[in-house]
Amino acid sequence: MKLTREDVQRVATLARLRLTAEEETSLTEQLDNILQYMDKLNELDTSQVAPFTHAVDLVNAFREDQVTNQPDPEALLANAPERYETFFKVPKIIE
Amino acid sequence: MNLCALTFHEAREKLRKREFSSHELTDAVFRRISETDDKIHAYLTLCRDAALEQAKQADQRLGQEPNFPPLLGVPIAIKDNFLTRGIQTTCASKILGRFNPPYDATTIKKLRAGGVVFTGKTNLDEFAMGSSAENSAFFPTRNPWRTDRVPGGSSGGSAAAVSADQCIAALGTDTGGSIRQPAACCGIVGLKPTYGRVSRYGIIAFASSMDQVGPMTKDVEDCALLLEVIAGYDAADSTSVNRPVPHYTDALTGDIKGLRLGIPKEYFVSGMQPEVDRAVREAIRLLEKNGALIEEISLPHTEYAIAVYYIVATAEASSNLARYDGMRYGYRARAKDLTETYMRSREEGFGPEVKRRIMLGTYVLSAGYYDAYYLKAQRARALVKKDFDDAFQRCDAIITPTAPTTAFKIGEKTQDPLQMYLSDIYTISVNLAGLPALSLPCGFDSAGLPIGLQIIGKPFDESNVLRVAHAYEQSTAWHEQKPNL
Repeated sequence: MKLTREDVQRVATLARLRLTAEEETSLTEQLDNILQYMDKLNELDTSQVAPFTHAVDLVNAFREDQVTNQPDPEALLANAPERYETFFKVPKIIE
Repeated sequence: MNLCALTFHEAREKLRKREFSSHELTDAVFRRISETDDKIHAYLTLCRDAALEQAKQADQRLGQEPNFPPLLGVPIAIKDNFLTRGIQTTCASKILGRFNPPYDATTIKKLRAGGVVFTGKTNLDEFAMGSSAENSAFFPTRNPWRTDRVPGGSSGGSAAAVSADQCIAALGTDTGGSIRQPAACCGIVGLKPTYGRVSRYGIIAFASSMDQVGPMTKDVEDCALLLEVIAGYDAADSTSVNRPVPHYTDALTGDIKGLRLGIPKEYFVSGMQPEVDRAVREAIRLLEKNGALIEEISLPHTEYAIAVYYIVATAEASSNLARYDGMRYGYRARAKDLTETYMRSREEGFGPEVKRRIMLGTYVLSAGYYDAYYLKAQRARALVKKDFDDAFQRCDAIITPTAPTTAFKIGEKTQDPLQMYLSDIYTISVNLAGLPALSLPCGFDSAGLPIGLQIIGKPFDESNVLRVAHAYEQSTAWHEQKPNL
């Protein structure tokens, strides 16, 4: 199965990545090349193998729901691309 | 005395005897950085003023506290994917903009409490994705042994800084070999601990089922000492494992008599540089001479590991990197609406390799392909893990090369992503299985470039990994050689 330019465009939209025309061309070729290499896995019969889930046997890691740090809005907002008073300012979401 | 060339255990002893102060040691390290970093480019950010202030405070504590913490006053470099409160953190990406972390990673908090002096933040492949440090959005780091070569990656800056004596030791992260492969390329010691051994809280996530933090040092004893400080349970990392941290230095006895070492036949195949093959076989003979029992073993699914890794790691990365949307922190492009803002911020903020991996990861997780790629890879991953479980029935540790070749030329593999991925062939199975593994120097090739020996251990058996590494190091002098800068 050959990866197409349309596949690349569809995946780029899913990943919220804008690509240039040149990037679409080179990624179509490179990803197809890499995916062909991945097809090597089809040599393996894994019908009787349970998928890997975790490297160590851990079950749920529960802890008490306690406040351990004081909220510091100024420290968090200091990295905001745009702010308004004590809010993150973002592009309009609903018209 | 050349202070910056000291190991951490040597420096600590001399600080204790007050032969010099932490301030003098720190000053020597920064002089070395200013003399050499225009050739190497190991650092993205230097913290000279803060470091000299930390050194002054350390000197006060050295005078007042007879049982001072082991790292007090020692200059250490940090890979720039650890969050460091008040020190800009870039992950070698433009997408983080001028990000100044509001908190410290758990490992950084531990080092701060221990009175460490932070020299600065070291270069890496953007988001730790790469094997050469060439994928940094800012500049490539160069190998101190030969500046036309890569230092390996992704922790290339940390490895180069340790090798060039621009710090006493460093921290790195390893998702597919990112501590061990650059350690091999730069002729230093690097350890990836067992998954769950060291907290990842405050590490910028790449592939969460494999990411681990580890020490990068000038010798094995330093590696054991630094691991002892950073290891341990952390409630803030739900994958961290609650079990006691041994005194790793207790394992450094030099005695490996009767220890069973497995040599996987699948690791000694064509494609390996003959000088690497020779050096590793020579190292195995030396370990045998020192009393280890050598046995050939098989890890039959080795040839599938790279395919499994680049499916699982990119899938996890595409999900982890979805958070970079330009809303609450990081780079935001100006655009007409919300979707355009996401698309353009990510287009302008991410470099080519990161985009490639986000695309690959999104593809293998997308409707219609999930079973064929992602689920298939997780099944094959279980087989890779089982290979190791079976092998460890018969041996206590496994010996392999760290990388198939010594450091390659800058630019040599940047045009062919698959070739770059293949340079991780000996390190990634370890991450897939969550095991501890260390790389240490075991020789040089004819171009004068270091060769790395990898020692893989059972889960949570860092002690035996360090024991074997130390015994080997004691009978060789590779680690004493320094690049001529």
